[in-house]
Amino acid sequence: MSVLSKRKQGELSGMSDRASDIVLVIISVIILLIVAYPLYYILVASFSDPYDVYAGKTFLLPSQATLDGYKAVFAEQNIVRGYGNSILYTVVGTIYSVALIYLVAYPLSVPDLPFKKVVSIFFIITMYFGGGLIPTYLIVQKTGIMQTIWAMFLPGGVAVSNAIIARNYFENSIPGALKEAASIDGASHFRIFFSMIIPLSTPILSVMVVFSMVAYWNDWFTALIYMTNEQAPLPLVLRNILIKSSASASQASMISGGYAELNKMTEMIKFASIIVAAAPMLIIYPFVQKYFEKGLMAGAVKG
Amino acid sequence: MTSTAARSRKVHRKSLGRRIVDNWQPYVLLLIPVVITIVYKYGPMYGIQIAFRNYNPGLGITASPWVGWKWFERFFKAPTFDRMLWNTVKLSFYGLVWSFPVPIIMSLALNQLRFKRLKRTVQTVIYAPHFISTMVICGMLRIFLSPSGGLINLLAGTQIDFLTEAGAFRTIYVASGIWQEAGWGTIIYLATLSSVDASLYEAAKVDGASVFQRILHIDIPCLLPMIILQLIMSVSGLMSVGFEKAYLLQTDLNRATSDIIAIYVYEQGIVSAKYELGTAVGLFNTAINIVLLMIVNRIAKKFGDVNFV
Repeated sequence: MSVLSKRKQGELSGMSDRASDIVLVIISVIILLIVAYPLYYILVASFSDPYDVYAGKTFLLPSQATLDGYKAVFAEQNIVRGYGNSILYTVVGTIYSVALIYLVAYPLSVPDLPFKKVVSIFFIITMYFGGGLIPTYLIVQKTGIMQTIWAMFLPGGVAVSNAIIARNYFENSIPGALKEAASIDGASHFRIFFSMIIPLSTPILSVMVVFSMVAYWNDWFTALIYMTNEQAPLPLVLRNILIKSSASASQASMISGGYAELNKMTEMIKFASIIVAAAPMLIIYPFVQKYFEKGLMAGAVKG
Repeated sequence: MTSTAARSRKVHRKSLGRRIVDNWQPYVLLLIPVVITIVYKYGPMYGIQIAFRNYNPGLGITASPWVGWKWFERFFKAPTFDRMLWNTVKLSFYGLVWSFPVPIIMSLALNQLRFKRLKRTVQTVIYAPHFISTMVICGMLRIFLSPSGGLINLLAGTQIDFLTEAGAFRTIYVASGIWQEAGWGTIIYLATLSSVDASLYEAAKVDGASVFQRILHIDIPCLLPMIILQLIMSVSGLMSVGFEKAYLLQTDLNRATSDIIAIYVYEQGIVSAKYELGTAVGLFNTAINIVLLMIVNRIAKKFGDVNFV
């Protein structure tokens, strides 16, 4: 191999690099558009006249821009109540879930804890095997938490896979020497847990908080089987609007313009309520995005 | 330093009883999670036996009369049994075959993208659908697939009511699943690829390897263990095909393809309160999943260091 031919090869690969750059940029932009456009389309529709949406006049920009959809959404009692319920379940549920994850993860990260293996297996079994929908339903009934907020999160138990992620983080990312030094200085496990583990694990804590928030915010099936209509969270309220396409009584009484007007209102509420339901989580997740990688890898590498 | 070592050696010499007493605080932390898990996770496992009984709430579980395989036989003889079983298997199989490669291909492309800002933007955007409720996704699908002015029909210039077409259901289910989760699925592959030694790329470049050759000879071999691991996890959950989306996209006219076992469990067990039948069918589903898990676990052991349980 002469020097010349090697340089030539280098140039060739440089040229093909430029060509492949272009191809990769095109692929990336296509992926970007496929994912983003449906969401953008709904956003535009939520500010438009629904007849124009269905006539295909809103591919890029709103037509007859209006906030009526949002006004209608927030005038709808069910939706506002559902929003309140969702916030309540999400806040309480997230505190519950994350607390339980930490309560399990810390003891399992203590190096010389007797019966650690037994405790791990006790929790891991529940990841792969469960009683199923009906036996769980019967236990919820039997323990008397039906139609109480407890039914929204107790039946879920511990998020074991998240607890494993947190444990791996405590073991690998918080120096063992630090914990040892603290315990030599007479710090109890409680003190290490509250004053060292919790403050030093904020990256993984934020991932757990976001994962839990998303799960509770988006859950509707638990409420469908355990809760009353008045206790329904937002997604379950939206079922009547989005899936069954039924106009509520309060809507019908509000409208004086007859069936066509009611129909229009129903469609406007659909678009706006999708945005209202999806927005909170879509606004929050980019803030912890940089930690997702760490969180998911810790769980995948060492199950 | 020496005192630390001496101390830790002393710790290991302690008796089991002593170590348990010393660790009473971690056990206290475990108390609440253990109790909740026993009641709400192991309790239902104990309740599975009602699948073999005529459950009478007044008598309690163990006093209810034993009826053997009665409820399973009823399920197998249900007029829609074949349909449900095959719909469940096909839906999850097609879902796996079509969805599995997409995040891998996307990661390989994004990893080679040299414009870091574009890469980050794409990453942020493709994670978004993962954070949206199935309910909202299905609402969006109904809007896009509407026969009168839905986006798909507008673009195609047609007026097809997709959700009443049994033939379209699986495509809708699988395609929307890819749209929602493929981006999220890239995280794990991109993280794996970021551990590739940069000098390998440099060496490949000097040898004149094209981007395609670098992907083929460096990236794919590096990803392979993770791909296998992910595949095993997907296969072992094959029968737990998503109830929520199938239920929300089901219409009377697409039941020929959208009727799956999980919907039957819900309709029989919760809606019609046939607890024993619902439990039996749920157990049938779980049993298949466990068999699949054991099979793939055995296959995985052949690959050596891939150990996932």
